[in-house]
Amino acid sequence: MRFSKFITNLERKQMLNLLSTGKRIDGRDLYSYREIKIETNVIERAEGSARVYLGDTDVLAGVKIDVGEPFPDVPNEGVLTVNAELVPFASPAFEPGPPDENAIELARVVDRGIRESKAIDLAKLCIIPGKKVFVVYIDIYVLNHGGNLIDASALAALAALLNTKMYNYELVGEELKILAGYQPLPVKNYPIAVTFGKVSDYIILDPSLDEEQIMDARLTITIDKDKRICAIQKGIGGYFTLQQVRDIAKIASEKSEELRKLVLSECK
Amino acid sequence: MVLFFENRELVTPGDLLAKGDYLAGENVFRINDEIYATRIGLVEYSNKKVSVVALKSFYVPSVNDIVIGKVVEVGTRGWMVEINSPFLALLRASDAFTKPFNPKNDELTSILDVGDVIIAKIIAYDRTRDPLLTIREHGLGKVKSGQIVVITPTKIPRVIGRKGSMISMIKNETGCNITIGQNGVILVRGKNPVMEGIVVRAIKMIEKEAHTTGLTDRVTDMIRREKMELKRNGKI
Amino acid sequence: MEKSEKPLITEDGLRTDGRGPRDLRPVKIEVGVVKNADGSAYIEHGKNKILAAVYGPSEVHPRHFALQDRALLRCKYHMAPFSVQDRKSPAPSRREIELSKVIREALEPSLFLEYYPRTSIDIFIEVLQADGGTRCASITAASIALADAGIPMRDMVVACAAGKVDGHIVLDLNDIEDKNGEADMPLAMMPNKGLITLLQMDGLVTQEEFKQMLELAMEGCNLIYQIQKKALKSTFIKTVEEV
Repeated sequence: MRFSKFITNLERKQMLNLLSTGKRIDGRDLYSYREIKIETNVIERAEGSARVYLGDTDVLAGVKIDVGEPFPDVPNEGVLTVNAELVPFASPAFEPGPPDENAIELARVVDRGIRESKAIDLAKLCIIPGKKVFVVYIDIYVLNHGGNLIDASALAALAALLNTKMYNYELVGEELKILAGYQPLPVKNYPIAVTFGKVSDYIILDPSLDEEQIMDARLTITIDKDKRICAIQKGIGGYFTLQQVRDIAKIASEKSEELRKLVLSECK
Repeated sequence: MVLFFENRELVTPGDLLAKGDYLAGENVFRINDEIYATRIGLVEYSNKKVSVVALKSFYVPSVNDIVIGKVVEVGTRGWMVEINSPFLALLRASDAFTKPFNPKNDELTSILDVGDVIIAKIIAYDRTRDPLLTIREHGLGKVKSGQIVVITPTKIPRVIGRKGSMISMIKNETGCNITIGQNGVILVRGKNPVMEGIVVRAIKMIEKEAHTTGLTDRVTDMIRREKMELKRNGKI
Repeated sequence: MEKSEKPLITEDGLRTDGRGPRDLRPVKIEVGVVKNADGSAYIEHGKNKILAAVYGPSEVHPRHFALQDRALLRCKYHMAPFSVQDRKSPAPSRREIELSKVIREALEPSLFLEYYPRTSIDIFIEVLQADGGTRCASITAASIALADAGIPMRDMVVACAAGKVDGHIVLDLNDIEDKNGEADMPLAMMPNKGLITLLQMDGLVTQEEFKQMLELAMEGCNLIYQIQKKALKSTFIKTVEEV
């Protein structure tokens, strides 16, 4: 990029001025999401997939299912693995190479929402206790970084899980024999990540790439279908007051409903 | 002598444009007596010259150009400035200080800091070194207010318009001051950020519809509509 | 893995996906799909789904990699973990490293790298779904991304494979044919002068078969070139028609 997205002091000033009037540089008010578009089953080779556009952010999630060994402490449960790749062309700031701390944090925040809300019924993914279980790989692929990768990725992961097909099988001895037909992956909860930024003393929902550059702190609250909080992640070197955290938790709960409705209607 | 396209026809890289006794203009190359396109754009045959008006291009520095850039690095001897080109430009500390520059005592950030926007002129560039800037002329230097908008440099003539018609219309309608950098970065300064916003949207509209006719009228309409809307809401 | 027990070519001369020996798979191309990149393209070639994006020419990082007489061209070809039947580890494999190299070398002759010394041009290719012939589709897409970035070019580059399957010479092998056929020969060329910029083969063929495969691959390239050109122009055609 020859004229980088790196924010100028003019833009910073303008953004702060607008925030004081309750508006943002792209015309949104403080607690609005950008436009969200969800496409499902975009990669036929994957057992499940979804692409989410959140403003300029573009994320693809693919689900692959494999057979592997369970963890010794939970011999009767399938295994969930979440991985995130910040594809080098998605931002001039992304370098080729193994996932860096940002990619790993992204994957782990998405993972925690799914795991703690028990979104996947892992007990149903056991084939032979202690020996053979299904492993669910969720690979998150960031194709364009337009800000707020966490919410877009969590949404893409959930949408991909909701259209994941598993083949039917029967056990012949200890071997799997694949039968005709498919069944859906057992998904029983729908966690939604809702991320806020703090700019000066203003709290904004769904920060864009421009806003992320002037943000002092970030807070993600993941809410399950029963409005319980299932994951929290504070990020960036700033802080929040107690009141701010309380307000954010309340707004997150309301906003998660909107997003859940959207993803469920797209994944029917 | 043969021409292979109609004048102003859309061509892609590698297209054979002309064969015979022609001159190679911009965005074309020659092999023997054949002239080929190097960029996507509109072919122009004028007299004996064959060139392509590129639809996709980027800014290559040229001495005496006025550019608008942003400071991305403060070094010990000067500032590195992004000017929307393949190369970062250098503004030497000695250029910005009125008294002789002393690296021990003079704090560079007191004059320009990372993130600052400047209007500058290119004083040296030859592909072997980074382009060199100056801000020591009237109208150059740090920008203290306004909004910037970045467009494909090849669309600048359209923003200016025939004999400056487009740009003077925008200035008259909005009262905003507009500085055009040859590098495709445009600075809009007005009394009111809301009015600046209208100009930014107008410029983006020109960039998108650069090759359409009746554009000046449509841009005028758009600006007047937005102004009416603002008046109704009491914003101006 | 998909194993085929049926013949790859039927008695009527039809292939597993219903094509004749000299038919291309459907090709669809979109330009300018990655917002942050300087140029980009998306290609669907059969079931291949590939994104190519270009950054540059721009300042080289790290700076000591810069070349004094021309731009540094770099290419990264990478496959998404979910792009193939069995999940692929995201770490780059030896195959991906080799393909990055040959793709870069297939595109290099088309560029005037000497125009922009001390800069870099970076090509990134992400295979979102693979179905045989990903390197060819990647080259076709990357060449469009370079043109979309406004980088001056001698010609476009376009690629297509020919090969031998069940004793027949065929165009544009799909995944099953690639894995179970006798030979696969990807070829890239600059179409206006018919100059070959990539040629690889694995398999076993006679001199005569090789000649036929060469001609067929180049024929395929010319077909794809028409699609490539149309896609590139369509980004601008609407506005130009109104002039």
